[in-house]
Amino acid sequence: MLPQESILRLDATAIDYVIIALYFVFVLGIGHLARRAVSNSLDFFLSGRSLPAWVTGLAFISANLGAIEIMGMSANGAQYGMATVHYFWIGAVPAMLFLGVVMMPFYYGSKVRSVPEFMLRRFGKPAHLVNAISFALAQLLIAGVNLFLLATIVNVLLGWPIWVSVIAAAAIVLSYITLGGLSAAIYNEVLQFFVIVAALLPLTLAGLHKVGGWQGLVDKVSASPGGAEQMSAWPGNALSGFSNDLLSVIGIVFGLGFVLSFGYWTTNFVEVQRAMASKDMSAARRTPIIGSFPKMFIPFIVVIPGIIAAVLVPELAKFKATGSGEVDYNDALLLLIRDLLPNGMLGLAITGLLASFMAGMAANLSSFNTVMSYDIIERYVIKDRPDEFYLRTGRWATVAGTLVAIGTAAIASGYSNLMDYLQQLFSFFNAPLFATFILGMFWKRMTATAGWVGLVSGTATAILVFVLSKNGVIDLPGQGASFVGAGAAFVVDFLISVVVSVATRPKPESELVGLVYSLTPKEQRTEVAAARDRGWYRRPVLLAGISLTLIIILNIVFR
Amino acid sequence: MAEKKKAGAFDIRIVIAALIGIYGVLLTVLGIVEKQTEIDKAAGLNINLWGGVTMLVFAVLFLLWARWRPIVPVEKPGQE
Repeated sequence: MLPQESILRLDATAIDYVIIALYFVFVLGIGHLARRAVSNSLDFFLSGRSLPAWVTGLAFISANLGAIEIMGMSANGAQYGMATVHYFWIGAVPAMLFLGVVMMPFYYGSKVRSVPEFMLRRFGKPAHLVNAISFALAQLLIAGVNLFLLATIVNVLLGWPIWVSVIAAAAIVLSYITLGGLSAAIYNEVLQFFVIVAALLPLTLAGLHKVGGWQGLVDKVSASPGGAEQMSAWPGNALSGFSNDLLSVIGIVFGLGFVLSFGYWTTNFVEVQRAMASKDMSAARRTPIIGSFPKMFIPFIVVIPGIIAAVLVPELAKFKATGSGEVDYNDALLLLIRDLLPNGMLGLAITGLLASFMAGMAANLSSFNTVMSYDIIERYVIKDRPDEFYLRTGRWATVAGTLVAIGTAAIASGYSNLMDYLQQLFSFFNAPLFATFILGMFWKRMTATAGWVGLVSGTATAILVFVLSKNGVIDLPGQGASFVGAGAAFVVDFLISVVVSVATRPKPESELVGLVYSLTPKEQRTEVAAARDRGWYRRPVLLAGISLTLIIILNIVFR
Repeated sequence: MAEKKKAGAFDIRIVIAALIGIYGVLLTVLGIVEKQTEIDKAAGLNINLWGGVTMLVFAVLFLLWARWRPIVPVEKPGQE
């Protein structure tokens, strides 16, 4: 049970532990306070649809700001440089705006309680069951991976044994979600967002100061093995894996920007659930749009520190030059924290990392318990009980989900490659989902049979491309294989859905009101102009336009 | 118009301001008593002091926002 010695061990002192402990007191306190607002299942699973847009907007991006995002994107920054910003500016913001402007009216307006439930109303039971079960399974696996990553970091940084940190983290997340449900998860995500910024912004500024300002960073990176092109975002050949510039740009825009990111951001219930919890249609539409503003600036406190670490930390610079050493790119952020931050701010940085990893897991569990209770148990297993029963079911589903996540964390510890593959595979699954949703929302002729056949064949295509690329039949480095896999899955789903629709009978139009664009009256898919929604800064489409303009400017400045 | 009724004590802005404010106080004090060797780690920048002061300012701004626009319970039209 001796703690693992490590080059990354941070010498945390009493004051750092005080800062970490304070955060956890607040996290549990929020769980306790949020409990008072829970009186029925809608309160528990969707916060009673009562939250303001800035809260759900920040939660929207925080739910995604987990271990993979923070550690992974700073690692990519260290390895590929500025091209990593595409994961934010191309791979997230446009899809978030599309969700808010185009898709949210159907999600929120139809009053469904989950994304699978939309599937049920539009396409019927087979598509619903496929979607609900695959989503629930994916969330449990990803929660386990998040838990394991968290425990590894605690083990490396502070020297706690892995199993102690797994159980401690699981217990904390479990207690605040079973108490306060989605509200507790969302409020903690908002708190977490500010703690992460408070931790990473000083790190970035101190790093920039030490490296000699922005010009100093440009000079140092240009002189490093990465070379000057790592300070520009386009054409990003190293990231996409295409050596041809034009192909690389096309790959990034269509692969990352279209099929991968639209699939993820617009159909993933973990994200959409945050918007469904907001108080009215206007707030629901603004949720992802408001989220897009902080989202576009997150690379500055995640990617830039990675780039700085690669030129400032001697061990990492050596690794980048020679490809060997005691550290690798994944350690970029930790190494920079070790080298720059004094005790005090060090504790805050560790708190920020822990907060981020726990919130990722909490987001997985809070969407898992909703789908499990509303979509699987209420719909297929134990029907027609009083609401109280499903509220209790939700609490128990959270407990069961946490226990399973501890189990998947144990699997992850033994088969880390397997887990990487699974995560990659899930990223493929979203592409056919997006094809089915977008067709279903805009083409009333699409039939229920087409819904599930398209989904199954698209997913099968994704798996086929995945297997082929793992066996080396398709040889694409970098992100190329995921771009191709998701793209193929999208196209196959789209074509098969069209063909099957033409051959089968459509649903009667009366059942599709509120679910399909052409059959939904305009009033039902736009917000009612309430007095409290006055002001240009509360208009979703205008806000989305401002966000898009900023993204274009950022791309031009950092081209 | 009659005075607006304030919602219960739970406003997330106050919770955020409280936590960041406490951090701000702790870090500012640490920054004031900082040893020179720690400051030299970041090329002469006193991170704790600057970070702490910024967090205090942030906490005050959040409190002002919560005071300026308190949460008002909204009567919702019956759902479903």
